Amino acid sequence: MACVNPDGTVSESARALLKIVENPLTPEEISEQVGQPSFKVRSSLREMSQAELVIEEEGKFTITEKGKEKI
Amino acid sequence: MPRLGEPAPQFEAVTTHGTLKLEDFKGSWLILFSHPADFTPVCTTEFIGFAQIHEQLREMNCELMGLSIDSVYSHIAWARNVEEKLGQKLTFPIIADLNKEVATKYGMVMPGESKTETSRCVFVIDDKQIVRAMVYYPLSTGRNMDEMLRLIQALQATDKHGVATPANWRPGDKVIVPPPNTQEMAEERVKEKDVECKDWYFCKRDLE
Repeated sequence: MACVNPDGTVSESARALLKIVENPLTPEEISEQVGQPSFKVRSSLREMSQAELVIEEEGKFTITEKGKEKI
Repeated sequence: MPRLGEPAPQFEAVTTHGTLKLEDFKGSWLILFSHPADFTPVCTTEFIGFAQIHEQLREMNCELMGLSIDSVYSHIAWARNVEEKLGQKLTFPIIADLNKEVATKYGMVMPGESKTETSRCVFVIDDKQIVRAMVYYPLSTGRNMDEMLRLIQALQATDKHGVATPANWRPGDKVIVPPPNTQEMAEERVKEKDVECKDWYFCKRDLE
């Protein structure tokens, strides 16, 4: 259930995360909004950070231009 | 090897829910449990049991994560088989610990039983990632899901109310008041009205 596939496409749950991080949010806030457990949100954000789809600043995550292309 | 009351050994592992780190579970309680192998009957009954209590555990802010020395493809195939043939969706991640890294850190392989499989181990890790309980069952014996629930309920009652719980305690039962550690406190304890004392060191009270 990796959220970024080897071909660069993203899973449905990853798209759901990307759509709500227009404004900076913590993993806990994201978890509440998308109804996914915190552990899964943290894991997905880590993967999407590595793929440069989101950026972290002071514990909050925001979508990047590259991320916007995926939704 | 993990020890009660100490930080749980950290790890990063491939699971059926992607790559997870133990630290991803911070803020939630976690039951980390191992099983001998996918596509085996006792393990299948246990996984159905764990899946059936998953929602109740989540209501207690507790997550579940399984582990065996099988590939992630085996786990996925087994989970799909359990859902298709037995009607139970497995909703929690399962670690594919092919290199035994996590199993070794947690002492899940008991060579006297099997050198290639993990035994039925359970580690309860609290929301601060401290090991709070460890339970070991042999390959032959499936675990009791009521006890898993009861254990989490008891540990959380201890944290919330600063009490201990007696044998076979269930929510709603009286709890043990920690024994006094001075003579003066012992004398006061037996005079307290809201506690039921058999003797100064053995007192129970209702929660709330």
